[in-house]
Amino acid sequence: MAKVLMKGNEALGEGAVRAGCRYFFGYPITPQSELPHYLAKRMPQVGGVYLQSESETAAANMVYGAAGAGARVMTSSSGPGITLMQEGLSYLAGAELPCVVVNMIRGGPGLGNIAPAQSDYLQAVKGGGHGDYRLIVLAPASVQEIIDLMQDAFDLADKYRNPVMLLADGILGQMMEPVELSEEVLVQAPEKAWAATGRKKGGPRRLINSLYIVPEECEKHNIELAQKYAVIAKEEQRWEEYQLDNAKLVIVAFGTCARICKAVVDRARQEGLAVGLIRPISVWPFPNDVFARVRETAEQFLSVEMNMGQMVEDVRLAVEGRKPVHFYGRVGGMIPVARDVLAEVKKLYNGGAV
Amino acid sequence: MKKIFTRPESLNDIPFHYCPGCTHGIAHRLVAEVIDEMDIYERALGIAPVGCSVFIFNYLNIDMYQAAHGRAPAVGTGVKRVLPDRLVFTYQGDGDAAAIGTGELVHAAARGEKITVIFINNAIYAMTGGQMAPTTLLGQKTTTTPYGRDKDVNGLPVKVCEMLAPLDGTAYLARVSLHNPKHIAMAKKAIRKAFDVQMRGDGFTLVEILSACPTNWGLSPLEALKWLEENMISYYPLGEYKTPAEEVQL
Repeated sequence: MAKVLMKGNEALGEGAVRAGCRYFFGYPITPQSELPHYLAKRMPQVGGVYLQSESETAAANMVYGAAGAGARVMTSSSGPGITLMQEGLSYLAGAELPCVVVNMIRGGPGLGNIAPAQSDYLQAVKGGGHGDYRLIVLAPASVQEIIDLMQDAFDLADKYRNPVMLLADGILGQMMEPVELSEEVLVQAPEKAWAATGRKKGGPRRLINSLYIVPEECEKHNIELAQKYAVIAKEEQRWEEYQLDNAKLVIVAFGTCARICKAVVDRARQEGLAVGLIRPISVWPFPNDVFARVRETAEQFLSVEMNMGQMVEDVRLAVEGRKPVHFYGRVGGMIPVARDVLAEVKKLYNGGAV
Repeated sequence: MKKIFTRPESLNDIPFHYCPGCTHGIAHRLVAEVIDEMDIYERALGIAPVGCSVFIFNYLNIDMYQAAHGRAPAVGTGVKRVLPDRLVFTYQGDGDAAAIGTGELVHAAARGEKITVIFINNAIYAMTGGQMAPTTLLGQKTTTTPYGRDKDVNGLPVKVCEMLAPLDGTAYLARVSLHNPKHIAMAKKAIRKAFDVQMRGDGFTLVEILSACPTNWGLSPLEALKWLEENMISYYPLGEYKTPAEEVQL
């Protein structure tokens, strides 16, 4: 096991290659550009294909074609580009095609800026494109976790025949950390009997499709998708717990925010405040199970996000109104500072008194 | 007795849903006949579009993909990059390929993507109710050009073969028509040539097929073929717009 220093965006690329991904289609956008740079070099080394598309719309549809042909395939973008990919994501979900999409979130709405943000949370976990579908959405909080989750992302995509999104913010893409790379584990994509690769003599015809023009058939398709999503929601919740024992106030944060909030928890504990942290790793499915347990003992929750309050809606749903749920956020590339979050924690802890 | 005419193996034995006089059925059949003649159905992959012809995936007895509006060349790109030894073709109407999908079409051509686009030009959006297409002729009445297409209001018709010909990535471009048996035979030859050029790896190939839409043109099937011959061919001249330096052996 060798430790190497890697940038988050590059780790996404290496993680994908080690997970057996051999096809990347994408269009440049800051702050994820080091990922395509890395894969443009790396893919040819492993017999894969890196192709720069003419637009994000085209990239998502190239992914559709490659996924339908049975490949492990990915694309990546940031905010405005992900918006253009929503058409393709809806079709990928409708046709039940496995693939991985990275969103290295930048400030928005509109052109926003290139600074880190978490303001695409709702777009990622509530749909984004048209129709009744879900993405599996994973939110790493370190460069090591980026590599580890990339393997999970491709495995989950294949297991459920569903697109998986890695949702991170620009900080994670740009930061460098030492990571442990496993020994060469070039996992090959599993055989996919459903892939449309050419009809064998006497064999069944395969169709990659999301069109069900007869209402009864379209409803049946939607019900089957919903049943699949229900299984995912039950089986694939991932989260990290930190100092939850006897915690009266529980901070909820994902990605970069969660790292900052860990420091907040440490300082609060040093000052004798019973504060803990839940870090959702899967933001869809949201880790409702841990909330079902913690909401019995905790007195209040605080969702800390780099947006104006998006995940807090899911926290409220998970807490089911049994305890107060508060929100603290910074936006536009402004990053919550531990000192400020701690002040918010103390204010809430003392019943609102500063 | 020797059988001299039969349903192609690559065409399923189910009735077409198209309106009387629609030439999609003929175009489907030509594609199927060529796949049969090339004995390539195990390696043939088609990308179905949106609009009337999306159900080509029911009619062709090969593995198929259904693509979003205009995105078939991007989907075809993804398929071909994973399976470079397959015959990959899209089947797209004018609204699909020349309006919403122009970006994907032009860039697949510019890249020299080794796929074939079967481009059905009937000068109108059909399934959505007879609206103006990029290919609608000047003066032509549609549901969105009720006084006839006016260049100052609606712009000028797009000539796809002429637009793509200067791109170095294109290897074979031809415009054919389905208005009579002679031209149907020529159309089949062009499809065969495009597929052969693709399989040889020369680059992007496209066959534009002038087609009739009697329902949305408001004409009888016979009148529609006459209208096509008399009005469309003069604006969209038939012929090969790009051929490989080295001719393919048919």
